[in-house]
Amino acid sequence: MYTQALNSSDGDDRGVEDVARATRFQARIDADERIEPNDWMPAAYRKTLTRQISQHAHSEIVGMLPEGNWITRAPSLRRKAALLAKVQDECGHGLYLYAAAETLGTSREELVDAMLSGKAKYSSIFNYPTLTWADIGTIGWLVDGAAIMNQIPLCRCSYGPYARAMIRVCKEESFHQRQGFEIMVTLCRGTAEQKAMAQNALDRWWWPVLMMFGPPDQVSQHSDTSTKWKIKRFSNDELRQKFIDATVPQAEFLGLTIPDPGMKQNANGNWVHSPIDWDEFKQVLAGNGPCNRDRLAARRKAHEEGAWVREAAMAYAEKRKSRQLAQAAE
Amino acid sequence: MATPNVPLWEVFIRSRNGLAHKHVGSLHAADATLALQAARDIYTRRGEGLSIWVVPSNAITASDPSEKGMMFEPAESKIYRHPTFYDVPDEVGHM
Repeated sequence: MYTQALNSSDGDDRGVEDVARATRFQARIDADERIEPNDWMPAAYRKTLTRQISQHAHSEIVGMLPEGNWITRAPSLRRKAALLAKVQDECGHGLYLYAAAETLGTSREELVDAMLSGKAKYSSIFNYPTLTWADIGTIGWLVDGAAIMNQIPLCRCSYGPYARAMIRVCKEESFHQRQGFEIMVTLCRGTAEQKAMAQNALDRWWWPVLMMFGPPDQVSQHSDTSTKWKIKRFSNDELRQKFIDATVPQAEFLGLTIPDPGMKQNANGNWVHSPIDWDEFKQVLAGNGPCNRDRLAARRKAHEEGAWVREAAMAYAEKRKSRQLAQAAE
Repeated sequence: MATPNVPLWEVFIRSRNGLAHKHVGSLHAADATLALQAARDIYTRRGEGLSIWVVPSNAITASDPSEKGMMFEPAESKIYRHPTFYDVPDEVGHM
């Protein structure tokens, strides 16, 4: 999902420093206790969560770019105000998540620098372009829909600050999905040209959205420990299946065709999708997606051009502090 | 290039008249004025609050979770502090 690079990077780092403490830690997890920042935790738990939460935060921040692309071109004032509020929410989500990640002992500045240098990953989905207004509808409907599927179980994640951040995020995410679906309904009830635009957006986003859930269970490297630690409560394939089953009737309602002619309903009523092109996924994660360079360049530009504001604010705070000290001394 | 660290603040919000301020999260800001404005933008986009406090995180003194056994033992061993410790005859009814 927003942390899918977890599924594809470095090997076994799960050395356990202290068996007794680790056993007690696992017993707390098994008892569904929440782990809080100052509690003892295995180094690998800390590391996994720092990566997962910061990747999630980076995804929220980079996720503002594809949608920000349409703020000035929204078709009405109502749509523009809603999109602006949604993009603001994404920024807020990024900030809640950075704050949660920081409680594990890495500063936000370091986390942001790791993203800007290209070392830290963000969700592959934000490396696809938003070509038409229908893409904004599709992102709300499907990308945010998929995110909700993944984030609701994270509200019960074993790490307290992450779980609490996710509760806030999920409350707000529901508005995002509904505003996206409303855009799709409007387009699908519009002219033939508008409906074709909606279908075209679905055709381009469907497969990348399925990839958001990460590699299939049999090749996903981090799932076992994450499940044991109750960071992850459902597997990639389970969440992907839930998402598809929820989405098929919505597409039917819209009168749109999911671009997978081989998709069939099995005896349990689940929709079974055709094979996913995991090479495309790997390419996008490796930095070779359609917009990877643009996204990073835009983030770096914003960060560099905002540097003087951060410096000025700090200099002003220092100046006021020293003036207050001087006055107190008089 | 490493970015300089901006101070961390804890944010408390009172959601309704008569309720206490409650911790909602933290944020980075250069000074108290900016912290209040950022808290409004990050934590009250949907009318969540009537009042905001921001407190420098390093001004908070916290109990040590690893010593919580010793810290809270005095309360745990005194069950007679709870109303359910006392027997009230059924005939008396609700008390």
